[in-house]
Amino acid sequence: MLTDLTIAQAAAGLRKRDFSATELTKAHISAIGQLNGRLNAYITVTADQAETAATRADKTLAAGDAPTLTGIPLGIKDLFCTNGVRTTAGSRILSNFVPPYESTVTANLLKNGAVFLGKTNLDEFAMGSANLTSAFGEVENPWHRSSDSTALVPGGSSGGSAAAVAAHIAMGATGTDTGGSIRQPAAYCGIVGLKPTYGRCSRWGTIAFASSLDQAGPMTRTVEDAAIMLQAMAGHDPKDSTSASIAVPDYRAATTRSLKGLRVGIPAEYRPDGMSEELLAVWQKGIDMLREAGCEIVDVSLPHTKYGLATYYIIAPAECSSNLARYDGIRFGVRAEGATSLDDLYEKSRHNGFGEEVRRRILVGTYVLSAGYYDAYYLKAQKVRTLIQRDFATAFEKVDVLLTPTAPTAAFGHNEKPDDPVQMYLNDIFTVPASMAGQPAMSVPVALDSRGLPLGLQLIGRHFDEETLIAAGAALEKSAAFSARPDLRAGAAA
Amino acid sequence: MSYTIEGSTGTWEIVVGLEVHAQVISKSKLFSGASTAFGGEPNTQVSLIDAGFPGMLPVINGECVAQAVRTGLGLKARINLESRFDRKNYFYADLPQGYQISQFAHPIIGEGKIEIELSDGSTREIGITRLHLEQDAGKLLHDQDPKLSFIDLNRAGVALMEIVSEPDIRTPEEAGAYLRKLRQILRYLGTCDGNMDEGSMRADVNVSVRRNAGEPFRTRCEIKNVNSIRFVTQAIEIEAARQVEIWESGGSVDQETRLFDPGRGETRSLRSKEDAHDYRYFPDPDLLPLVIEQNWVDQLKAGLPELPDEKRARFQKEYGITAYDAGVLVAEQATADFYESVAKSRDGKSAAAWMTGDFFAALNRTGRSIDESPVGADKLGAMLDLIADSTINGKIAKDVLETMFETGETPLEIVERKGLRQVTDTGAIEKAADDVIANNADKLEQYRGGKDKLFGFFVGQVMKATQGKANPAMVNEILKKKIHG
Amino acid sequence: MSLDPATTRRIARLARIGLDDQETETVRTQLGGILGWIEILNEVDVEGVPPMVGTSMNTALTRRPDAVTDGNCQEKVLSNAPDRAGPFFTVPKVVE
Ligand SMILES: [Mg+2]
Ligand SMILES: [Zn+2]
Repeated sequence: MLTDLTIAQAAAGLRKRDFSATELTKAHISAIGQLNGRLNAYITVTADQAETAATRADKTLAAGDAPTLTGIPLGIKDLFCTNGVRTTAGSRILSNFVPPYESTVTANLLKNGAVFLGKTNLDEFAMGSANLTSAFGEVENPWHRSSDSTALVPGGSSGGSAAAVAAHIAMGATGTDTGGSIRQPAAYCGIVGLKPTYGRCSRWGTIAFASSLDQAGPMTRTVEDAAIMLQAMAGHDPKDSTSASIAVPDYRAATTRSLKGLRVGIPAEYRPDGMSEELLAVWQKGIDMLREAGCEIVDVSLPHTKYGLATYYIIAPAECSSNLARYDGIRFGVRAEGATSLDDLYEKSRHNGFGEEVRRRILVGTYVLSAGYYDAYYLKAQKVRTLIQRDFATAFEKVDVLLTPTAPTAAFGHNEKPDDPVQMYLNDIFTVPASMAGQPAMSVPVALDSRGLPLGLQLIGRHFDEETLIAAGAALEKSAAFSARPDLRAGAAA
Repeated sequence: MSYTIEGSTGTWEIVVGLEVHAQVISKSKLFSGASTAFGGEPNTQVSLIDAGFPGMLPVINGECVAQAVRTGLGLKARINLESRFDRKNYFYADLPQGYQISQFAHPIIGEGKIEIELSDGSTREIGITRLHLEQDAGKLLHDQDPKLSFIDLNRAGVALMEIVSEPDIRTPEEAGAYLRKLRQILRYLGTCDGNMDEGSMRADVNVSVRRNAGEPFRTRCEIKNVNSIRFVTQAIEIEAARQVEIWESGGSVDQETRLFDPGRGETRSLRSKEDAHDYRYFPDPDLLPLVIEQNWVDQLKAGLPELPDEKRARFQKEYGITAYDAGVLVAEQATADFYESVAKSRDGKSAAAWMTGDFFAALNRTGRSIDESPVGADKLGAMLDLIADSTINGKIAKDVLETMFETGETPLEIVERKGLRQVTDTGAIEKAADDVIANNADKLEQYRGGKDKLFGFFVGQVMKATQGKANPAMVNEILKKKIHG
Repeated sequence: MSLDPATTRRIARLARIGLDDQETETVRTQLGGILGWIEILNEVDVEGVPPMVGTSMNTALTRRPDAVTDGNCQEKVLSNAPDRAGPFFTVPKVVE
């Protein structure tokens, strides 16, 4: 089936004329038609635009010398502004917003020939770890436990992207990662998710959650596909002052790089009390696989790991409280009816427009920045952040890459979510530290747990060294030979 | 000059500090490529960055940074090679992002100073606390609709320099002098046009009062956005009087923001206390620290124009003119340049006398600025040359200047056309003198009897007889000879 | 850590989030929980540690040249306005 191909395979097939871009796109559109009603992975499907783009891709392919992603159908997280296509951030307040501009990352993908199938679902403004906070409804994970059919969460916030890729209704998708929003859903859905170094992909045109952390990255079914997508997404952008002016290397070449002599660090602190035996075993399996591939395994310590989450839950809300001030129902978005004064307009529009979790984070952020608390919270957190970054810098003097679990558990049920927001935040415990320090990190599916759900391992690299992640990830992928597929997917749907 | 308020319980002095928002001269905005031109159609000079659209990011305009550094150099201030941008968070309809990008903790310019001149000839130094870069807000229009306010974002994101003074100002006059001097420096530097009626320079005035210079500062009130120098001095007087009255009646002044209403001659509270502001400043994560190089600062310094204080000193020294005249001539760059081209290789004193006298009077009368003067520096200079080489005398020159303003001719053209050349023919002057003496025997009698002042009468009569064209020195000499014999 | 209702209301007001009484109470408890959990940071000694700025490779701003390269897109700027009057955005009348 065309929907079973990887991006690399499809790119080769298109060039061999085994099939056309139009056929490839139509196969995906039709699969979306069958599955999206249940999965709710897409908020907006752009079938017509996709077919037009595919027709154009076929012309480009026929002319020869087409860029790598020509004719490859992708899902775009609905946090990337897309010119003329509604962009909601999963929020009621932007439910009618049509940007007259294209984000740099999606523009780069379009330049590379990609075909966009639509905008994928996400936690509202990317705030969440389970895709339960979208104003456009929950996303269902295409995987189910072997024992029962309980609907599970796909993880978040890039849950729609993860579910779409896992269910073969997109060949790849863009995600954004602020504290784990690419890696954790990738792990929950059994796919690859790569968060590049902060500054590697431009943030221009991507709706901001926490500006000092947000980073776009690819979500794909293979490490090679992630390398191909990242190649197109990355690069310096003068429109983003935090975008790094550093050359983008050949990521795909890194997939076949030898791991001989690569030093892999195993951080002691990623082994909290109560961690499941099953997860520990998968981690050990990953260590063994890398050792067999020629890596040297080194024990390292990242002593400030346990402060990562608390630090994150100061900095991210603080930045979001400011970033989301622009949603006021005046220049764009949804305005509340019947406001009697300017303040009434603000309060009604923002109360009705934002969901509970977003409101909660805005309030936490407002509190930690307010007079008298800034030093105790925000400034302190930024200092702890320095310590976390120093932990990584020290570790990377001894090792080239770190290997950890991606998430503390496999996907859980929609109705199994904890009521306490703090418990919910613990999902990000392993992903947050790398975000705080701006390190690149990737989740690779390695095994199924005893209930038949995928588990992922996380690789964390040096700043701007995504290549080592890709090399090590490709090795893990090869040894693990993870070939399981979810029951809900194109061509296999009941 | 001291300024005090006589209250019912004694005298009070005022303490004033000024925060001036000066719009930076640049083609595009501080963080976007939209135009800064004044008076565009509503919402045309707006980029999606200025309108705070989702995902839009700021990129700093290097020229605005250069303008801030130039201004800092002009204010003899410390230039901070590393500064930061912070977000000042608050909700208002003219603030699209929900925050203003400003510099709170680490401004680009630190302490500096300005020397002001007062009407009694004394000078004072007013300290500058800091200068920082920030974004301007948009504009609200309230009179277009009974139920709505309209928003125009053309100004949103334009670069401003906020220049904060120390609370060193003690009289309304000093406040005016400070603003005039600051405006003069900014205009010389070309960093702000200083146009208060177009809003490119606006002042927030911090006012408090105290019993005497030894007493610590009392609570101050900030009067926002006063848009002329006259209003600043009025607002200070009115606000200080209000505060004195409160203190003297046993009350206490609340720290608050107030608005000056020139029509009613009062200040009134702008924001209610229960809605106190809490700006939640924090470093803007979209922007990295602004780091500039000392050698770039040095280059900017080398490119600075001569500033008014230095220029005035040089004019006094080089052209031998009075401090007062020099002050008048350097008030504006254009005037100073005009003066220099007139005075160069001529008599500086007479150039100054003519410019500050008849020339300015003619400009005033015709309502023109120096740039619009029909008489350029070349023509005024040519007229001075005609005086110097005795082609015309000073009296005729006044008429020539007048005609130049009317017709735009060169002074020589006017002299020739009207036949105004000075009469230096001894015979002609002697004849006129003889006639005057013959026709005024009675006056001659009185003069010889001791009424010395009548000599002027004879001079005047001779000048009249020659239609003012006689060389006055020769008239004097010839008359003296004839009368005294 | 517990938050008092007045502070909760003040924070909600600063954020223009418009909570009713019941929501305020829920938020008060939840915020208290989150802030209490964050107090774990009190264990960390940050004496002499500078706050983090940027990432390791990118530490200072690039300045763009002063040229008019943007704007002049009135329709784009206004295209998403929930309410507009000709070339203006509108809000309920503001009394200044
Ligand atoms: Mg101020
Ligand atoms: Zn200001």
